Amino acid sequence: MAAETVSNVVCPLCGCLCDDIEVIVEDGKISNVKKACPLGKNKIMGHDRIKAPMIRENGEFKEVSYDDVIEKSAQILAQAKRPLLYGWASLICEAQRKGVELAEEIGALIDTTASVCHGSTVVGVQGRGAPGCTLGEIKNRADLVIYWGCNPQEAHPRHRARYAHSVKGMYRPNGKNDRKVFVIDVRETKTAKVADEFVKIDPGYDYMAFSALRTILAGHADVVPDTVGGVAKEKLVEMVDAMKSCEFGVIFGGMGLTHTRCRYKNLENVISLVDELNAHTKFTLIPMRGHYNVNGSGHTLAWLTGYPFAIDFSRGYAWYNPGETASNDVLLRREVDAMMAIAGDPGAHFPGESLRHMAKIPLIQIDPYANPTTELADIVIPTAVSGVEVDGTAYRMDGVPIRTRKVVETEYLTDEEVLERILTRVRELKGGN
Amino acid sequence: MKEVILITGRTLKQGSNLENKMSDAYFDAAARCEMNENLLTRIGASVGDAVKVSTRFGEVVVNAEKDDGLPDGHIFIPMGPWANAIVDPDTGGVGTPTFKGVPANIEKTDEAVLSVKDLIARYREG
Repeated sequence: MAAETVSNVVCPLCGCLCDDIEVIVEDGKISNVKKACPLGKNKIMGHDRIKAPMIRENGEFKEVSYDDVIEKSAQILAQAKRPLLYGWASLICEAQRKGVELAEEIGALIDTTASVCHGSTVVGVQGRGAPGCTLGEIKNRADLVIYWGCNPQEAHPRHRARYAHSVKGMYRPNGKNDRKVFVIDVRETKTAKVADEFVKIDPGYDYMAFSALRTILAGHADVVPDTVGGVAKEKLVEMVDAMKSCEFGVIFGGMGLTHTRCRYKNLENVISLVDELNAHTKFTLIPMRGHYNVNGSGHTLAWLTGYPFAIDFSRGYAWYNPGETASNDVLLRREVDAMMAIAGDPGAHFPGESLRHMAKIPLIQIDPYANPTTELADIVIPTAVSGVEVDGTAYRMDGVPIRTRKVVETEYLTDEEVLERILTRVRELKGGN
Repeated sequence: MKEVILITGRTLKQGSNLENKMSDAYFDAAARCEMNENLLTRIGASVGDAVKVSTRFGEVVVNAEKDDGLPDGHIFIPMGPWANAIVDPDTGGVGTPTFKGVPANIEKTDEAVLSVKDLIARYREG
């Protein structure tokens, strides 16, 4: 069979959702991927898949049928008193919707990878408001781009070229020459090396730096100390001048703000800065969402429950209090008695102390690929790869929903099908209520 | 032994093997600790040597790598199970563990770097 090129495929790796990928398919299998970055290409090409559903018996995995794992999973979840359904990033919104239905049915906690990523950004936005625009507006208008605590050269490799730096826009016809790029980070990252200005800040001083910038902007530079978090006052004054005098500025915030001290308060402070800058010019902020459709998980959960992550259905209605109801909160308190990890890898991305509890409770994994979570799982349910073998809706980091494409057929069940079957069986076990 | 500040985060190689974590390529990408030349010298290590990084929350052995973009006294371990063996689990009242800015100690060691399977097996043992 001749090779077929599928055009305009939407990459299922990071929050950029690059929608110009070309995938070469030969004999129903993907043989090459063009235009994608190494992250996206490797995911679309695929690696060793989990071959069949598995159940752990006496420490060893035994291959079983989909019927077996669905029955066993439904029994575990129907009986659990404090189940946690975690992940929901590397799949489509349609499956996320089914997950909320399951969570409500069994009175579970449902939480997304945002709780170890941009959850603090979401909380900051709830406290202070949500500035934002599309990446298209950035491409066409932005002349000042600030990457603060993020490193797109490694985490979102095409971000600069497609949306924010070298790309030519309607009002930025000379691309890179029409824009100024600042990087603020605790280390000289690969992104810092390609920026116009690298400002090194000490770890954990972002909140103070935002406060200093706001103070200077308000005309009170005289009360700002000579250095703030290792940044010289003159540099901060220079940054405020650049911010005030640009035509359209954007701050891209990364996990340098959410993984360090002050967390959501960093976001509240930088959003206040953005707000105040709008008295002088047009300024906005976009979080650098990392994981494929994690942004969609926030949207889907919010329009179904009112809350974007860390939702607790144990009361019979949606309750939300990150710090109490996020995955690591409940795992560290040893509260959870059964867990489903779907389209996220807590085994790799949760602190060891949380994994100690995960190892002690029944753990169901739903994922196309083996990963550290598999090493702790008792039940493994392989599924089709969203965005490659399943089409559906995913949200880009700027909140634009995009219909993803199906590139090849598969014999694996989709996440949505697995969840639907578990939900149906759970309802039967619970007496059809 | 040297007192340092631990930062964790994404890298191109770690991200390229995000859905291939049981591979040698992921091990190479994530079971590593980057530091500048000055810090390498001070702990008496060369690139590729095993180093033990310990915090209040645990210890892990990883391979030393050089990155002169890191300031003195700072180390970087790519996000993943090796880094997460020693990060601060405290969620700061908002659900997110402290993955960056964790005080740590680093020293050269003769101990072996654990594979991802052996590393995770430690949690099954309690």
